[in-house]
Amino acid sequence: MEEIIRLEGITKYFPGVVANDNVSLTIYKGEIHAIVGENGAGKSTLMKIIYGLYKPDKGEIYINGKKVNINSPKIAISYGIGMVHQHFMLIPPFTVIENIILGSEVKNGISLNFKKAEETLNDIINSLGFKIDLYEKVENLSVGEAQRVEILKLLYRRAEILILDEPTAVLAPQEVEELFSILRKLSSQGKTIIFISHKLNEVLNISDRVSVMRRGKLVNTVNTKETNKFELAQMMVGREVFLKVDKAKREKGEEIFRVEDIWVRGRKGLDVVKGVSFNIREGEILGIAGVEGNGQSELIEAIVGLLPLKKGKILFKNKDITLERIRQRRLYFGHIPEDRHKRGLILDFSVAENCILGLHYFDRFSKGIFIDYSKVYKHANEIVEKYQVKTPSIKIPIRNLSGGNQQKIVLGRELSFSPDFLIAAQPTRGLDIGATEFVHQLLVDLRNQGKAVLLVSADLDEILNLSDRILVMYNGEIVGSFSQSEVDEKELGYYMTGVKKQTELKEALI
Amino acid sequence: MKNREFIENLILNIISPLISIFIALFFGGIIIYLLGHNPWETYKEVINFALGNPNGWGYVLFNTTSFILAGLAVAIGFKGGLFNIGAEGQILVGGLISALAGLYIAPIFPSFLHLPITLIFSALGGAIWAFIPAILRARLGVHEVINTIMMNWIGYALTNYLVVNTFRERGVLYPLPQTDKLPSSAVLPKLYPIFQKIGINIPESNPVNYALVIAILMVIFTYYLLWKTKLGYEIRALGLNIHASENAGINVKNIILITMLISGAMAGLASINDVLGYRYRYLDNFSHGLGFTGIAVALLGKNHPIGIIFSALLFGALDRMAIGMDVFTHIPREIISVLQAVIILTIVVGNEVLIRFLKKRRKAIYA
Repeated sequence: MEEIIRLEGITKYFPGVVANDNVSLTIYKGEIHAIVGENGAGKSTLMKIIYGLYKPDKGEIYINGKKVNINSPKIAISYGIGMVHQHFMLIPPFTVIENIILGSEVKNGISLNFKKAEETLNDIINSLGFKIDLYEKVENLSVGEAQRVEILKLLYRRAEILILDEPTAVLAPQEVEELFSILRKLSSQGKTIIFISHKLNEVLNISDRVSVMRRGKLVNTVNTKETNKFELAQMMVGREVFLKVDKAKREKGEEIFRVEDIWVRGRKGLDVVKGVSFNIREGEILGIAGVEGNGQSELIEAIVGLLPLKKGKILFKNKDITLERIRQRRLYFGHIPEDRHKRGLILDFSVAENCILGLHYFDRFSKGIFIDYSKVYKHANEIVEKYQVKTPSIKIPIRNLSGGNQQKIVLGRELSFSPDFLIAAQPTRGLDIGATEFVHQLLVDLRNQGKAVLLVSADLDEILNLSDRILVMYNGEIVGSFSQSEVDEKELGYYMTGVKKQTELKEALI
Repeated sequence: MKNREFIENLILNIISPLISIFIALFFGGIIIYLLGHNPWETYKEVINFALGNPNGWGYVLFNTTSFILAGLAVAIGFKGGLFNIGAEGQILVGGLISALAGLYIAPIFPSFLHLPITLIFSALGGAIWAFIPAILRARLGVHEVINTIMMNWIGYALTNYLVVNTFRERGVLYPLPQTDKLPSSAVLPKLYPIFQKIGINIPESNPVNYALVIAILMVIFTYYLLWKTKLGYEIRALGLNIHASENAGINVKNIILITMLISGAMAGLASINDVLGYRYRYLDNFSHGLGFTGIAVALLGKNHPIGIIFSALLFGALDRMAIGMDVFTHIPREIISVLQAVIILTIVVGNEVLIRFLKKRRKAIYA
């Protein structure tokens, strides 16, 4: 096979860390090469070095056997390297074609020559076998379509090497399949694809070879055919990983929580939750799956009390709590917010101060109008110890802790008053494998202790792994309900994208 | 480890402002030189005037008193995420109400209550003037910056109208736009006897008074309020992250209201140094932008009560030096204001630069 990129001894220092440590890697022409690793393993840094956004402190890059100096994305593009970022770089009010030609416009005098661009683009689109309206505005496109526009942008600029940074993070399962079919066609046309991910199933599905990174080092590069999920996970983490959580069967318990026909008006004035009903019993985890933005966030906010209900009822242990304020409701359940930086923590407060956020008015932390800091510190130390939070001190701002340790503080705080019900929204978002394992085990432990857990997640693996019952939310409604054993990822995908819908939701209220 | 942190803090909090002051004096010196004066001689004279004798110290402390209270007022707002630009109006209203309470309400009560009444009404007046923007912000979401600026103008015009037309001093041939003199039971005594007792010979004419003691008490009060109470926890939480505060069950609207009222009350108290401790009456527009200087004092003091003491001292000394320069040199008044601004800017910028430098070094060392 013909080599197209060769990295030799790439090293990049950031203040405090070695982001890339002597990384050497060869990528062949026409292959789909996956790069996997935990957050902070150095995948993105390496890609940014290839794309000219960072300059390596040591090491060399060879393209087609020739040593090159890539000092800027402009130079990278001239070598045929293009990158699709996690966050799209598109201008929403512009049309597809305007977005694509932006920066490399063909001009007729002072007016733009769209005809020529259109011809080129139609050729590319036909060869890849998908459809897109070049004169549609980008703001009207789905996420999957917008991603295709990004890919077209690179192909229009004659990119031969495409770097995709976690391209599937924002896609529904069906959209992922479509993306993969495009990538396979590109690969068969001789384009080289570098695919960054930490979803092992996808990597095994799409790639020819996989490189695993850990703590800035390249651990190994293996042929996809000759490896499996467990081996990859082990290389990523550096130890054995249990991807399945042990869960004993449990008998149906008493009902803990119930919502009845709740309607919520979103911040833009439209109904975003439309008649949702479900209940949760002792000793079970109810998972709500769905592509983000289908009303899950608003559903949780309404349950917590951050958004008013337009209609409907919320019951905790058969008691109507619909009209109670946030502070009263907080006594009934713990809440892990989907965005811990926005809702769950005050980043400039100390670790200890964050350990009482929302509990600070409890009698056990106060003396009259004063906060009793000796009790607060004791409480914080208990959480740090119990959940093995890594922090040099409980008095430093929580901003300095890693995401996993921050989330442990949120969890520890929310469970510190032993609630019977926990709401966990995207509880492992942005966490590495180790921390994710920890959180998953904790949720299952709660369930096994007979507590109720509401799990909202965009990660289907998480939902399928942990939930006893699964609901799918689409466009503000529950469109599907399943017991864990009767559904798989693919089937859920049909419901998440609105392709299928159940008329009778037999698993929502039991 | 502990040791190096201590040294870095020392550099940051003491040495950096000192370096900044020297840089500022250097720039100021250039300006003075360009105006045809000898910078060295000018500085010597001016600094000696402000800091070289007990009378100067007394004046510096007198100036500092008002700056501490105004700075605290603004800082409390900042801690709760509110920009109270309205301290100026709150000071004027607080001052007038305090004087009126001393003239018309206090006499109803026994004399030992007169002073508490004037003090309480000064805070009350400031709080009343903050209440309107507070309620507009908390209930209707109208931004407090716009509200408080507008309330400044209304406060300025209203107090001017009242003191010119309704409560103007009586029994003199040419009455100034000021109220009658307050009874001596309703005002703050001077501090010179205390200073003289401990061997600091501040003359009787010096205006430094018990408002200084109240200001220091308020520094302590503010520290305890913000860092030791449940209310303070909620104020700081709100100031740093409104979404997380909401999620924590903090009643955001109430805390906005309460924060603004405390801030306004503190601004009202900033009037007592002049009204109750110096003139013993309300003089129209006596504050001369004190509320705005309070913003600078709070920012320079990093919104921390202890920091505010030091920044207020700096502003207090600069004000005294400005008078010295006016008296001893022919440098125009406007240039003195320019010099003051240059010094403040240099300190603010210098401090920022140094903080960044230290942070970078810290990162590099841990790398």
